[in-house]
Formats: sequence, C-alpha cells, structure tokens
Amino acid sequence: MSEQSLPQSTAERADPLVLEREIARLIVQGLNLPNAPEQIDPESPLYGEGLGLDSIDILEIALIVSKQYGVVLRADDQENEHIFRSLRHFARYVAAHRSK
Amino acid sequence: MKPESLPLFTHEGPDAIVAWRDHRPIDARRFLADVHELSQRLPAGRHVLNLCIDRYRFTVGFAASLVAGKCSLLPPAQAPEVIRQLHAFAPDAFCLTDDADCTIELPLLFYRDGVADIGGDDWVVPRIDPAQLAAYIFTSGSTGAPVPHRKTWGRLVRCVQFEAAQLAPLRRRGCAILGTVPPQHMYGFESTVMLPLQSGAALGAARPFFPADIAAELDRLPRPRVLITTPVHLRSLVAADIALPAVDLIVSATAMLPAALAREVEHRYAVPLLEIYGSTETGEIAARRTALEEQWRLWPEVRLEIIEGRCWAQGGHVEQATALADEIELRGPDRFVLHGRTADLVNIAGKRSSLSYLNHQLNGIPGVIDGAFFVREDEHNSVAGVSRLAALVVAPGLDAAQILTQLRDRIDPVFLPRPLLQVESLPRNETGKLPRQMLHALVAQAAVREPHLFA
Repeated sequence: MSEQSLPQSTAERADPLVLEREIARLIVQGLNLPNAPEQIDPESPLYGEGLGLDSIDILEIALIVSKQYGVVLRADDQENEHIFRSLRHFARYVAAHRSK
Repeated sequence: MKPESLPLFTHEGPDAIVAWRDHRPIDARRFLADVHELSQRLPAGRHVLNLCIDRYRFTVGFAASLVAGKCSLLPPAQAPEVIRQLHAFAPDAFCLTDDADCTIELPLLFYRDGVADIGGDDWVVPRIDPAQLAAYIFTSGSTGAPVPHRKTWGRLVRCVQFEAAQLAPLRRRGCAILGTVPPQHMYGFESTVMLPLQSGAALGAARPFFPADIAAELDRLPRPRVLITTPVHLRSLVAADIALPAVDLIVSATAMLPAALAREVEHRYAVPLLEIYGSTETGEIAARRTALEEQWRLWPEVRLEIIEGRCWAQGGHVEQATALADEIELRGPDRFVLHGRTADLVNIAGKRSSLSYLNHQLNGIPGVIDGAFFVREDEHNSVAGVSRLAALVVAPGLDAAQILTQLRDRIDPVFLPRPLLQVESLPRNETGKLPRQMLHALVAQAAVREPHLFA
C-alpha cells in the first residue's frame, strides 16, 4: 500500500496549508486552469484580477466545495466579501465550515 | 392618429406589490414615489447607463428615465473598452449605479434608497408614448464594437404582453418573479423588469447566484412564484442536488436547453419548464415546453419567412424585419423547429453541418452531461487545408472511445472531433455561451498536456 492511499490523519486534516494546497488542486482541476496548483499565490484574489476567475467559475467552485467538504456557499453570507479575497481566506472559510 | 399612450405599470392600485426585498413588500405607492424622486434628480444627459445591481433599483432607474424622457443604455459588459465605446456612441451618457465602489469612467449618479416622500393620496400612473425610445440594448457584435438595438416603449410592452400570456401563474394575483439573470441583458430586462411591470406581478429585487441562494430567495417570495433563469443555473441547481421550495413555473433562455436537462428539472422539482426563444434584435418571439415538445410556438402576430435560406422575423412587436441567426424549419404559420445557428455553419471537405446540430447530437449521447464542438483555429487544423473540429465533453462515466463510437453512429465521420477532450466542465459565461477564446485556451492547454491527442 502506498503512502498516498493512506487515509489522512487528523493532524493533516487540520493543517491549513494541506487544505489550502488540496483546494488549489481541486480548483485547477475543476476549472481546467492553465496554472499548476502550486503556482496559485495564496494571497492574491481568486475573483476578477489575480487568478482571473469569473462568476461561473465561482459557481463551479461552489459545487466543488459542497461535494468535497459539505460547505454550502451563499452570496448573502456576511463573510462573503473576504471569502474569495484569496485562496488562503477561502481555505480558512472551508476549514471552519466543512462538514466532511 | 397618435397611438394611445401606455401605462408605466399595470398594478391595480397604490397598495399592489411591485417588488419584494428581504421578505418585505414594496408597494406601488412607494415605487411611484421613488420613480418621481429619481426622475427629478437625473442629470441633463439624455442617455442613462443603468448599472444598478439590485433589480428594484434598476427598475426604478429605468422607469424614472422613461418618465424624464431619457433613454436607457444596456451594455453587454462593463469592461472599460465597452464603456469607452458607449461614451463615443452617446457622449452625454451618465451612469446610474447602486455600487459604492463603481469605477465606471462616466459621470456617476448614486442610487439612494428610501429618500422619496410618499406624499398624499393622489394616484396617477404615468403614461408613456409607445413611440418613445426607451432603451438601446447592445450586443457585443462581431467586430468588437457594441452594436445598439433600438427599443421603443410600445414594442417592449407588446412583447412582454405576449410573454405574459404564456406564463400561466401570472394570471393569478400577486405572482412573484425571481431572476438569476442580470436586468441589463435582453432576456433579463424583458422577463424580470418589463414583464412584472406589465403583468402586475412583483419582482424579486435579489439576483441569487449560488444554488443555495436561489432556493433561499424563492422561499422568501409568496406563491405563485416564477423562476427566470438559464441552462447554466439549472445545471448547477441539479448538480448541487439541492432541495428547491415549491415553484410554479421555471423559465429558461439564452442558450439551447437540452431536453434531458429540461425533463430532469421538471421531474425533480415537479414544475413546468418553459423555454423561450428570442434574440436581442427581436426580443422574445417564441416558447416551448422543452421536456414535452420539439416545436416552438410563435408569439401572436409575429411571422417567420424563409428567404433564400435565411429565416426572417417580422410583425407583432418586432421593430423591423430581422434575419435570425438560426436555422429554422417552419411547421405551420405559428410553429417551427430550430436546427441550430446559421452562424455556426461548418463546411468540412465539402460536407456541411452546423455546430449546434453537432452539439445537439453530442449532448444526446447517454452519459454526456455537457459538450460543445468548435472549429479549431490553432496551427494543428491546417494540415492538408482541412479545418477539423474539436470537442469538449463532460461525461464522467464514459471514456473518449465510447463517446466517439456513439458519435460515429450519429454524425458524418468528417465531423468527428480531433481531438475530443474530456473536461469536468465547460467554460460557459454568465449567459451560458462559450467564449471562443476560452475554448481555444483549453485546447491549447490540452495540446501541451496531451500532445498525443493532437497528432
């Protein structure tokens, strides 16, 4: 059995950087972005400038995180303003609201 | 004889509900006061770029502009280049916005909520000359410059009167209309602004985005309620597997709705789904129940005629005879079938087809969730002078060989995609369309990643 196929430990699951990288990979795969996941600057905006995602991409990301982590995004969420401010903010939001 | 003027809205009296925002109704008395207050505050320019995001504010802005004899400008995008071109088109234009961070480079007028004095008991609904120029709606145009389309008040009203007759829930009192489409787009403008104004229905001020928002906003509106949306939003609702509160009618437009998706939506949410056909040039002209029927029913008085292979629409609310961009087969005076876009005609090795037809075949394969053919414009397609097609396909349960086998049964082999790229989703924009540059970027990426596919 290879190391990668082992279930994630609780410590790994709680590591914000691991989650951040995992989300970057899901976004790149899900949206077919030209970037490599590790090329995404965790501090630059996801929407508009920065990574250059549009609203339909955001809709796709919402589907991805709801399937993967059970996080349901809402446009009228008070925190929404900074959820998409960067990959790091987004990962923190997912970590705080994930149900799986 | 001067044609009779038409009322700004048809709600029955000052207490009728014109809009809902956050569970709270906005009655016609408040609406009219807001319209008069804003109309007196509008600057001198005769052209109003109305970018209000909130649908109620947009509607007040549009109505105030009408009352003040001004023309609304509704652009396809807000990129600085588009705004510069609008400015060249109408140098006196100013921008009405409800976004405090608006950076549009035009004189700005900020919308202010709740400033109008409700005033006394006098109740006079403004009437507008049907010949008054109400709006220029722009399409992006093939050369890059936005192309203006004139819309007079009378034609706009006529069109949504026809639409209202198709939407059964509107016959009941107090119907509410929720839209996921922006009011600046022709379909959103007709179905979420003009339609409620002219049918006495109430519009939802919100523009829900995520599937959970759509469900929550619907839940906030009284029944009967109608959802005005697009294939993109419907696909995302279905994919999110989210429960939707009871809804009385769903309307879809902007891109061809696959019959399988229409059936799934009808089944899952126990609701009729009406698909509307139209264009920015003509406005809405036909509808069909996509889950049940192939044929479209034309709006009354609109006529279609095939002249030298192109289909022309005229009559009814259509301002002037207009060539449609789709291949249409007439099936009677008010019935037709769509066979795809004329603009999408492809000719490969002397054989003709259309991208829409090919897309239709691709999307008809069991297991294909979404798919699109397109003409490759990169270096690879010019070998032997033959432009080949490529296709992007979302079909998680199928491999490329299985999809190609199915396609071979359905289309001429010259049209088989080279390559067929499997992706997790298509880069559709807000209105469900696929920008060409996005498709080509995806192909270029794939060519680097999987060069063997491009041999």
